[in-house]
Amino acid sequence: MPVEPVYRAEISRVSILDEHGRFDGALGADLIPDADVVALYEHMLLCRTLDEIAFKLQRSGRMGTYPQNMGQEAASLGAAYALDRRDWMVTCYRENAGLFWHGVPPELILLHWMGDERGNHIPADVQATPISIPIGTQMLHAAGLAWAEKLRKTGAIACTFFGDGATSEGDFHEAANFAANLDLPVIFVCQNNGWAISVPSRIQSSAPTFAQRGLAYGMESIQVDGNDLFAVVYVMRDAIRRAREQSRPTFIEAVTYRLRDHTTADDARRYRDAEELAAWEKRDPLVRLRGWLESRRLWSPDQEAAAKERSQSEVNAIVARAEGIAAPAAGDFFNHMYAELPDELRRQRDTMRTSSLGQDPSECSREPSPPPSPAHAH
Amino acid sequence: MANLTLVQAINLALIQEMELDDRVVLLGEDIGRNGGVFRVTEGLWQRFGAERVVDTPLAESGIIGTSIGLAMGGMRPVPEIQFEGFLGPAYDQLCSHAARFRTRTRGRFPMPITVRVPVGGGIHAPELHSDSPESIYVHTPGIKVVMPASPYDAKGLLISAIRDPDPVIFFEPKRIYRAFREDVPEDEYTVPIGKARVVTEGDDLTIVSWGAPVVDCMNAIEAGGRSAELIDLRTLYPFDMETIAASVRRTGRVVIVHEAPRTCGLGAEIATRIMEECFLSLEAPIQRVTGFDTIMPYYKLELDYLPGADRVGRAIEEVLAY
Repeated sequence: MPVEPVYRAEISRVSILDEHGRFDGALGADLIPDADVVALYEHMLLCRTLDEIAFKLQRSGRMGTYPQNMGQEAASLGAAYALDRRDWMVTCYRENAGLFWHGVPPELILLHWMGDERGNHIPADVQATPISIPIGTQMLHAAGLAWAEKLRKTGAIACTFFGDGATSEGDFHEAANFAANLDLPVIFVCQNNGWAISVPSRIQSSAPTFAQRGLAYGMESIQVDGNDLFAVVYVMRDAIRRAREQSRPTFIEAVTYRLRDHTTADDARRYRDAEELAAWEKRDPLVRLRGWLESRRLWSPDQEAAAKERSQSEVNAIVARAEGIAAPAAGDFFNHMYAELPDELRRQRDTMRTSSLGQDPSECSREPSPPPSPAHAH
Repeated sequence: MANLTLVQAINLALIQEMELDDRVVLLGEDIGRNGGVFRVTEGLWQRFGAERVVDTPLAESGIIGTSIGLAMGGMRPVPEIQFEGFLGPAYDQLCSHAARFRTRTRGRFPMPITVRVPVGGGIHAPELHSDSPESIYVHTPGIKVVMPASPYDAKGLLISAIRDPDPVIFFEPKRIYRAFREDVPEDEYTVPIGKARVVTEGDDLTIVSWGAPVVDCMNAIEAGGRSAELIDLRTLYPFDMETIAASVRRTGRVVIVHEAPRTCGLGAEIATRIMEECFLSLEAPIQRVTGFDTIMPYYKLELDYLPGADRVGRAIEEVLAY
């Protein structure tokens, strides 16, 4: 009996502006208007500034645990830029740049990390779900959202973001399987940043790429330089076409790197080599984009200085807005538990400052009820 | 004797059990080189190697499911779930399999697994990092549930849990991981599963609690000056009704304190058992001081949710007013 291959596959990698500043004119031409590149760079600068200030807020006790996004700005921003405002962004917590571009007010994200649920109250006209904390759970929600848009024939699609570690969770595999087999217009963007807290990506997958995980479920899958804004926009446009025109999912592995600790509660020096970090600092998406802008005479050191100053004052205003929101009232966590608060929960709310529920000690001083009369005894 | 925090006591227990029994293997997320996000397994990867202290893929169902296989294969797995909020994905393997394997194989495959899980609020953590889900597992037949409130108990109970032939969830109250130190014997010892600890003796009322709120109860007793008998349950299933009943028969008044939501919290079961076994001794209705039937709030309001010493103090005065 002959043994024949029944399936062969390959994974392509897309790079347009590489870390040495080389630009692929064929793929990159007319991809993004110059003015937009400038705006996108300034947006990345704002996010980078917010990230640094958020870190300082945590260190000075003005904010709780915060996961820095530094180094990963291009992946989510490129995706958000390619999407329409009607499309859904279903993210975890390293997509600030994309979320802000998509319309999520930055002060809400800060408010969330300041320990306030109201930071998750995304304005009704912004198509984004709140930051998802349990790893690898939100991709199923994106599949469901895409499904709903398909059923309602709106033409909108969903784009979900997650890390390399999240692809180890069962929910990821279920989401990919649903999306592929039910023809759902959803885009899976895996930000492979090399690390799941202290665990390197080789512990999450023994395959040479994470893109193969999408391929395994029968969907188009591609790898992209996640620190290359142009390349991310390029692969996203292809995926968006596939989703809108064919209602088919795409898996995008965006190769990037977490330049800071997992969160402010982490210390990456315990497990990560300084050389690895130094190598990735050279691939910083901001440095790369700025170099491109300068080489085209679209950006100057003066503009850089002015933009940095603007970012600072804008972030200061964002922080002031977040800190200016009055603390929630004591019983606030009872609100929004149900459409209508059940009586028992109402009682708990109204008596939350006391421990006694339902009985008053003074009642025990009443005369005991008389014993039943003999007439009632039988 | 060594003067240790709860974290250090657990670390020492793990070292000693691993030295003693090479079937003991640790597995979980970030427990290896990084020593765990709370540093509970600090130094163990360096000491015992990557074969016995294993950084797994990021998959809680995988961690518990493979622990079941490891146990069937003759090992003594001690998996860690990084935060109680991430027990969700592991629930199926824990409750549909680990809890049931002994009985459904008529004893062929016991499950000597100790699942270590940091639990509870009060550390300004993000959502799903501050919950108290112990009742879910107390309510699951086939699993033992343990929650120490002191370094001494943490070491002795963990050793008992690892040696126990059945699955044990070992909840570690993260609020008191480093809150205080205590003298802990450097030699190995065990604290039996199923036995409560009388923290303070007293005559006027009985307080039953477990985990971090035990410390709040101690503070409330000190502030209020009442003669209260404080019982730290230590094991939540099977819990030590004997110690509770003996105390209640003497004091006639009870306050039960837990962080978990009120409805169907373990306090409800304890109150019912007291009604069943000590009804004639009761002088006042049993009081519960608990979390509310709400989602654990984000940290700005977490202290309003947690049953602090003030609320415990008021409950003490209320039961004494009857």
